[in-house]
Amino acid sequence: MTTRVGVITFPGTLDDRDAATAVTIAGAQAQPIWHKEKSLKQVDAVILPGGFSYGDYMRTGALASLSPIMEAVVEAAKEGMPVLGICNGFQMLCETGLLPGALTRNTGLHFICRPEIIKIESNTTAWTNSFEVGEELLIPVKNGEGCFQVSNEGLAEIEAEGLVVARYQDNPNGSVANIAALRNAQGNVVGIMPHPEHAVDSLVGPSIDGLGFFWSIAGVTI
Amino acid sequence: MERVIVDVMLKSEILDPQGRAIAGTLNRLGHDQIANVRQGKRFEIEVSGEVTDEVLDQIEELAKTVLSNPVIETYAIYLDEQEAQ
Repeated sequence: MTTRVGVITFPGTLDDRDAATAVTIAGAQAQPIWHKEKSLKQVDAVILPGGFSYGDYMRTGALASLSPIMEAVVEAAKEGMPVLGICNGFQMLCETGLLPGALTRNTGLHFICRPEIIKIESNTTAWTNSFEVGEELLIPVKNGEGCFQVSNEGLAEIEAEGLVVARYQDNPNGSVANIAALRNAQGNVVGIMPHPEHAVDSLVGPSIDGLGFFWSIAGVTI
Repeated sequence: MERVIVDVMLKSEILDPQGRAIAGTLNRLGHDQIANVRQGKRFEIEVSGEVTDEVLDQIEELAKTVLSNPVIETYAIYLDEQEAQ
């Protein structure tokens, strides 16, 4: 049975169509979901795509994380449904508390848009099980507020529990411990600041290294 | 109408690159005495009716859960005395 992946669109979301395309290329089925809906339409997994939901008002991802659909997403995530938050979606996952920490303005203040190398450290999540630990991926970074911050105690917990999914080789935004992607303890929820959905087709991306995230979910047995 | 003010600031241990850039520019303009700047947010909340303790409690809850992110920010709540007569 084909995995059905819900892709949620908020006002100001940009990358929902790229995420849906990536899902399709990987052999799964993409189901668009509008943020005002309350039901996840019986999808098997959810992607919170990148963009600038609500114009980044108040804090990035904060208003979107209070959207009607997010209640269902948080509930489903707690019951084990795979959820991937990319960029703005990662910011939402931190705002809801599904992932620790917060994302703040890049230390260099510039909006950064370029491919970066990240190294996979955890391949036991729903979204990274097709990778090898230590695998290096070339994936576009595209953010103004991608600087991951967390208290020292919070970082110690993250490291002790092995929640880092990927680190930057050459940290572009000041994130603590070079963290580029993070998981929850169960491994169903992953947040990533770079954009794997922009690296699925060599004609328009720097690599096809991002496909593994979508293969991982497409291969999940239901 | 009475107003309640909620100030939200980044915690002292959280890096504030905007504040740092502002301080750098002020220094460049010759204001050498300015050692550091931190930038925050101010929410002015107009309340219909009286600001009772219960209303303040509600606003405090919102300040804690919505207007600020406790991972990176702190908040302070006070009545806008100029508006409240």
